[in-house]
Amino acid sequence: MSEENGSETVEIFIMGKKYEVPKGLTIMKAMEYSGYQYIRGVGCRGGFCGACATIYRLEGDYKLHTDLACQTTVQDGMYLTQLPFTPAGRENYDLEELEVSNNSLLDLYPELARCVSCNTCTKTCPQDLEVMDFVNEAIRGNIKEVAELSFDCIQCGLCAARCPAEIPHHHVAQLARRIYGKYQAPDSEHLEKRVEEIDAGQFDEELDELVNLSKEDLKERYENREIEA
Amino acid sequence: MRTGKLKRNDPESKDPYTESMRESIRKVEETREERIESEVPMMNADERDEVLNKYHPDYKESGMRPLRAGPNSGDEMPLELAELLEAYPAVDPSSVDLTKVDHEVDVLVIGGGGAGTVSALWAVKQGIDPEDILIATKLRHGDANSMMAQGGIQAADREKDSPAAHFLDIVGGGHYANKTELAKALAKDAPGILQWHEDLGVMYDKNEDGSMKALHGGGTSRKRLHSAKDYTGMELMRTIRDKARNLEIPVEEFSPAIELLTDSEGTVTGALLYNMETEQYYVVRAKSVVMATGGFGRLHIQDFPTTNHYGATADGLVMAYRAGANLRDMDSVQYHPTGAAFPEQIVGLLVTEKVRGSGAIPVNREGEAFVYNLEPRDVEAGALIRECYGRNNGVETPTGMKGVWLDTPMIDMMHGKGTFEDNLAYIYRLYTRFGIDPTEDPLLVFPTLHYQNGGIEINKEGKTALEGLFAGGEVEGGVHGKNRLMGNSLLDYNVFGKRAGISAAKRAKEVGWGELSLKHAEKYSDQLDDAGVDEDRRSPMLVPEYRGEETLSRSIDLL
Repeated sequence: MSEENGSETVEIFIMGKKYEVPKGLTIMKAMEYSGYQYIRGVGCRGGFCGACATIYRLEGDYKLHTDLACQTTVQDGMYLTQLPFTPAGRENYDLEELEVSNNSLLDLYPELARCVSCNTCTKTCPQDLEVMDFVNEAIRGNIKEVAELSFDCIQCGLCAARCPAEIPHHHVAQLARRIYGKYQAPDSEHLEKRVEEIDAGQFDEELDELVNLSKEDLKERYENREIEA
Repeated sequence: MRTGKLKRNDPESKDPYTESMRESIRKVEETREERIESEVPMMNADERDEVLNKYHPDYKESGMRPLRAGPNSGDEMPLELAELLEAYPAVDPSSVDLTKVDHEVDVLVIGGGGAGTVSALWAVKQGIDPEDILIATKLRHGDANSMMAQGGIQAADREKDSPAAHFLDIVGGGHYANKTELAKALAKDAPGILQWHEDLGVMYDKNEDGSMKALHGGGTSRKRLHSAKDYTGMELMRTIRDKARNLEIPVEEFSPAIELLTDSEGTVTGALLYNMETEQYYVVRAKSVVMATGGFGRLHIQDFPTTNHYGATADGLVMAYRAGANLRDMDSVQYHPTGAAFPEQIVGLLVTEKVRGSGAIPVNREGEAFVYNLEPRDVEAGALIRECYGRNNGVETPTGMKGVWLDTPMIDMMHGKGTFEDNLAYIYRLYTRFGIDPTEDPLLVFPTLHYQNGGIEINKEGKTALEGLFAGGEVEGGVHGKNRLMGNSLLDYNVFGKRAGISAAKRAKEVGWGELSLKHAEKYSDQLDDAGVDEDRRSPMLVPEYRGEETLSRSIDLL
């Protein structure tokens, strides 16, 4: 750490090359400060999209760390690189035709059975999800558990990139969530009923009346509308 | 979630809040109990007008200027947008060869976010072969504001609710400036959209009987906000994208459209794409084109930080406007009331309205509540700005930014421990990453640039003023009038993405391919010349400029 123009800076290494940047920036902003303009490795900049998966080492630390560049502050002595893309196999399927059973996930992703429980996926996850736990649930055929444990997955693919068994965890989890959402979550009967009512034209008269009101009349209706507590 | 690991951004585990912020937090803590019991009343129409007129950025005259060329000449626009609309094509029309066509498709979708993907899916449902569709997108498929929506999606599906009540909320919230046929379509299609999502396997938050959990949003008259934790946008986008992947709809990533192509009549007949990595262009001929490029948050209107995704740079507005499509309601910009104001690393990121919907209240430096927590967004934002700059009751951060507290610990106090972490997992993760626990301490917030209320004018079929061009999602205008309500943007991209996709497919079945030219761009350039616009100004922008000043000042273009 050093002082430059009165403000604190840290020394980082972008793909091995040294840069001095203000303290407190995220990895993403530090790279921009250093003069990089992103095309790859950037997306929402808010921790939702998984585009900015990044790996880094710290001086004197043997570990390979993983995180999101938009959500991680630079530290002195960080050796950074961003992953422009994380390749992983994804299987196509037709959710309508899929036979739902305990083996639905294993049928499409037999490599699940190769899991050696090394827990690298869990340690890699920038969302701190229990990735290995949901892989184990997937092997057991517990689709609901996979769906729930994986729900906050942003599909950055870091787990798959590090997995010695070559499991594409994020794709398995996507499949599990869709099966659960479509076939196993409780049905929304009220929604079906409402759609039928709309299709039958039940609300048309009321809506058309509103659409044709003058601005003043609409305003009056709006201001006097009943508000649910 | 194992929160221990989340402290990694602060290896020394120091309190991120400064001593003066802590002092103010103690006042917030002292008044918390009584705040749970009492409520600040909602403003009446006159009070709302006053806040908007005095404090909302849209009402600041120096932030806008009239356009000098094109169909909206004379209309007021934010300065930053006017600069891009009044600009010459990024590519010199004489330097491209339009006789070599790279893709010939039925439907070209420009933009691979929510609206674009939904329109492609419905074009397929309409009988278009997936192979005859092309989605061209600037970054990756799904990199979009759609992915970032947190709070939820509105639909009047509950017994107590009706599409008419939803309609009234939409137009009242929009200051009666909406195109009512669009507001009607939005309200009426909503339950059907949710049903479609369920069929695709979206995991909405539900009660045991299958009914969907519902909350109030700002300006709603019924509890109508449905969610998937606070990852609603992500859950919808990834599911819809998964469906598109299964159908093998072709996607060109990192290849944004930079110009529409038209025939001699002005009908849109295709687009020019630009591979940002290899810097080559591709010519696409299409029977129908759907514009779905999203909004303009990355223009940082009036220097506001933004919640928006990196690619939200108004490209679609620029292309459509240059080709002759009219825009509407561009003088109204949505500033979300609660953007993060601290810590510095996350300034501008969204703190979802679901936080207020779940009971948290904005509180000033002295620990006083000063506004009803669920006013429509523009009013709530104006009230926060007034508290900081009109009444000087804000809290100052170490970098000189001002904000007010959003008293998040109230949520677990009101609804039980664990409620916050279960229902607001994103916000919990966002803050604990930087050492702040929102169930223990309040969050400092200030309005942030969030949404483009207006856009390319469409009709209820998703058609623009240009033959062959359709639009859906944030890029289009008219649906929300001058202010969009929470939960209506996810709904918008689904309703009008669908309608645009269906209309585009219908047209593609009826017409052949047209001739390809850039005559419209040349014509528009002539108008700019006449208006005396500086020739160096080019658009679309494609990506915002965030490189350090030092680097830029010494940059030379050699390669």
